[in-house]
Amino acid sequence: MEVNMKKGTLFLILTLGLALSACAPRALTVMTHDSFAVSEEVIQAFEQETGIEVTFLESGDTGTALNKAILSKDNPLADVFYGVDNTFLSRALDEDIFLRYDSPLLANIPAEFKLDTQNRALPVDYGDVCINYDVGYFTENNLLPPQSLEDLLKPEYKGLLVVQNPATSSPGLAFLLATIGYFGPDGYLDFWESLNANDLLVVNDWENAYYSEFSVHGGTRPMVVSYGSSPPAEVIFAETPISEPPTAALTAKRGCFRQIEFVGILKGTRNRAQAERWIDFMLSARFQEDMPLQMFVYPVTRDAALPAEFEKYSSIPDETSVVSPEEIAANREVWIKAWTEAVLR
Amino acid sequence: MNTRRSSARGLFLWLPPLAFLALFYFYPLGSIFAASFQRAEGGMIAPFWEALTSPSIRRVLTFTIGQAFLSTLLTLLIGLPGAYLLARYRFRGKSLLQALMGIPFVLPTLVVAAAFNALLGPRGWVNLLLMSWFNLSQPPVQFVNSIWAILVAHVFYNTTIVLRMVGDFWAHLDPRINQAAQTLGASRWGTLTRITLPLLMPAISAAALLVFIFDFTSFGVVLILGGPRYATLEVEIYYQTISLFNLPLAAVLSILQLLCTLGLTVIYTRLSLRVSRPLSMRPQAYTQKPLSGWRSRLLAGALIFLLAGLLITPLIGLAARSFTHLNLPAVSSRSAPSGLTLRYYQELSINRREALFYAPPIASIGISLGYALATVALALALGLPASWALSRSSKSGESTSEALNRWLDPLMMLPLGTSAVTLGLGFILALGRPPLNLRASPLLIPLAHTMVALPFVVRSLTPALRSIRPRLREAAEVLGAAPHQVLRHVDLPLVGRAVLVAATFAFTISMGEFGATALISRPEYPTIPMAIYRFISQPGALNYGQALALSTILMVVTASGMLLIERFRMAEVGEF
Repeated sequence: MEVNMKKGTLFLILTLGLALSACAPRALTVMTHDSFAVSEEVIQAFEQETGIEVTFLESGDTGTALNKAILSKDNPLADVFYGVDNTFLSRALDEDIFLRYDSPLLANIPAEFKLDTQNRALPVDYGDVCINYDVGYFTENNLLPPQSLEDLLKPEYKGLLVVQNPATSSPGLAFLLATIGYFGPDGYLDFWESLNANDLLVVNDWENAYYSEFSVHGGTRPMVVSYGSSPPAEVIFAETPISEPPTAALTAKRGCFRQIEFVGILKGTRNRAQAERWIDFMLSARFQEDMPLQMFVYPVTRDAALPAEFEKYSSIPDETSVVSPEEIAANREVWIKAWTEAVLR
Repeated sequence: MNTRRSSARGLFLWLPPLAFLALFYFYPLGSIFAASFQRAEGGMIAPFWEALTSPSIRRVLTFTIGQAFLSTLLTLLIGLPGAYLLARYRFRGKSLLQALMGIPFVLPTLVVAAAFNALLGPRGWVNLLLMSWFNLSQPPVQFVNSIWAILVAHVFYNTTIVLRMVGDFWAHLDPRINQAAQTLGASRWGTLTRITLPLLMPAISAAALLVFIFDFTSFGVVLILGGPRYATLEVEIYYQTISLFNLPLAAVLSILQLLCTLGLTVIYTRLSLRVSRPLSMRPQAYTQKPLSGWRSRLLAGALIFLLAGLLITPLIGLAARSFTHLNLPAVSSRSAPSGLTLRYYQELSINRREALFYAPPIASIGISLGYALATVALALALGLPASWALSRSSKSGESTSEALNRWLDPLMMLPLGTSAVTLGLGFILALGRPPLNLRASPLLIPLAHTMVALPFVVRSLTPALRSIRPRLREAAEVLGAAPHQVLRHVDLPLVGRAVLVAATFAFTISMGEFGATALISRPEYPTIPMAIYRFISQPGALNYGQALALSTILMVVTASGMLLIERFRMAEVGEF
């Protein structure tokens, strides 16, 4: 009797399991940060082509989303995680949350983006954090924009720059890393001390810096740390159509820091095949070419074409400042602490 | 004779709120603390030692307590005269004024920062005026990134708590007590300090406690308006958790923050039992008088001017910006932005980029309202029995249920003092298995909002319930009323007004949306604050303009909601 009941239960579980796995292949969950955006028709194309239905979960900013993925690794919330960048990459890899996937489309991506040699985290897009300046202000005052990071220390640029706190802001951290890559771990603090003496303004977040302090919007400072893609965004989101952006990015040699975003298949997924198809889709021209106007980032694949606004109004720096994910993970706390002592105390 | 029965009843009343807290608060919090300490390499003691010996953390703690204390004091200084005005006088436009003053409570910090920037920023209206009057080359007022910004923003956010909690209680105090005192020769000042304030103490201390906890755990205000030189414990917890992934230290800081909240609440609970006394509550129609005579008119005018200046001008500045062209003139021209436009509002209804997660504003409004209504229902359903239990035993001398209440009351307050970042991670760990697989469920949002609203509901209801004369209940019982009939026919009509205050708090808390980043959200269902954030985090005048337009819509929807709740008073079970 008891044996029979057990058999019955087992049978029930098996049928249920089968029933579940029969509908499972149609669903895929992608966990991401709150800046993720995509065109409706691009997702429709993927869903029609593959028969896979995609659900997106937004989980806060990049760091918060990653922490959630790590804490749920024994019982994952999603099949795929998109959006970890090179400043957080080491944390993701050390916590071992991703499965290796050697996508055939990786061949299309230049080696400089493939920071994980084991292909657990695959590059999807990048963006450069650079100083943006108010073109009108510089022309009006017959001032030449700075040509290098050292130039920022000159008296004519006194009181013109606003930056973000690297402890609380992702572009803030990226710009600190640019100076560390440029001046070296031994030289960057001297630079910041002199920059601070040249009347530097620090705020905690990008929104405040860009919309309250930057002279193009609500403020008085004509230079702000933002993205290389902000000038085309200024044209696309201008209130009345304009032909030239009011801002430009300073792409001086090694004056910018490149943020690269990665995607990975979460360990514990039951939809591995679907997850692989999704990643291939993210690396295909269709998705890659959709990203710039949705998320204001650049595609990593060689053959993806840039939208006209990006071609026209943004310039990609020839050489960015480089600090490896391992160095960032090992020194993040020390660097931020030292910076705080030098600039804020 | 029925001690045992009534303490069993007390326990029964506690059951729903306790089950709720156990499941959605203590269990997730315990899970994240356990997981955090598992990650401590040097054992559990090491992070405690690190926190207690670090001078920078000591600095953070001192600052957190200091600014909370100052902010609370300022909020009371401004809120109490305002509460007096709203409690004792009838005048035209009063409910509108009250609804407008409640708006700050729901605004996301990024929007409040934008509002203050439109007013006091380097190129805000005040600075532009001063610069043109005195021919200055630099903006004279430096507001953002200062301690003043933190204090002013805290007053801006929390004055409504004092206005509602104290104002409502005050409105029902019998003015004859004061008249009697004055007839017996007491001065106006003497009546205020020796009669009115002591009688108001239960409501004042409840409001002060809530304001203090809000200021103590402040995150957005300190981060965005205070700037990089100031950090509260909550900001430090965020930094340790997200930026450094030092979960053990973050857990210790969360525990520290909780212990402070708990300590404060325990002191409050003891005090409030001592200061509350049964009163004859009178209907508002009886206690309020119209403004008459130049003295009371002048006083009211000055108070309204002060409150409106502080609480409403930034809102007007924000709304005005959303109708003005944002293409600013060059810095050198020093003129204010001009030219009216509806462009930002029109643009809200266009999915220009054909984005997948686009939601028209009307959809966001619906989503926000849906969550808010669910929160009001749930918070009242859980808060009413808890407040009833709290108010019943305090004077009937039933030692068991009194002891129960002494311990359970502070527990209700804990969620307010808990770090949203920490609790958000706790949800991920604890609520991931059936039947409670709620991690990514939209249900989690009203549940989380209810947790924050519950302390407000309990704090609004308990003083009102406690002040009901036990004789009224006893009389009803003697006349043969069953407990549920006493509740229905004695308690409810007497506290109907307090129930509305509680509902208003639950509604506004949900509209303002606690911890959007703490939870996991479905991007295709954005609430209004979520949609605002999406616009403001991208460059371009059109994005900023749409964020301002949507904020203005949030203000209008919230104020309408509050006015509507106010309307219920008319249909209320006869405000006796």
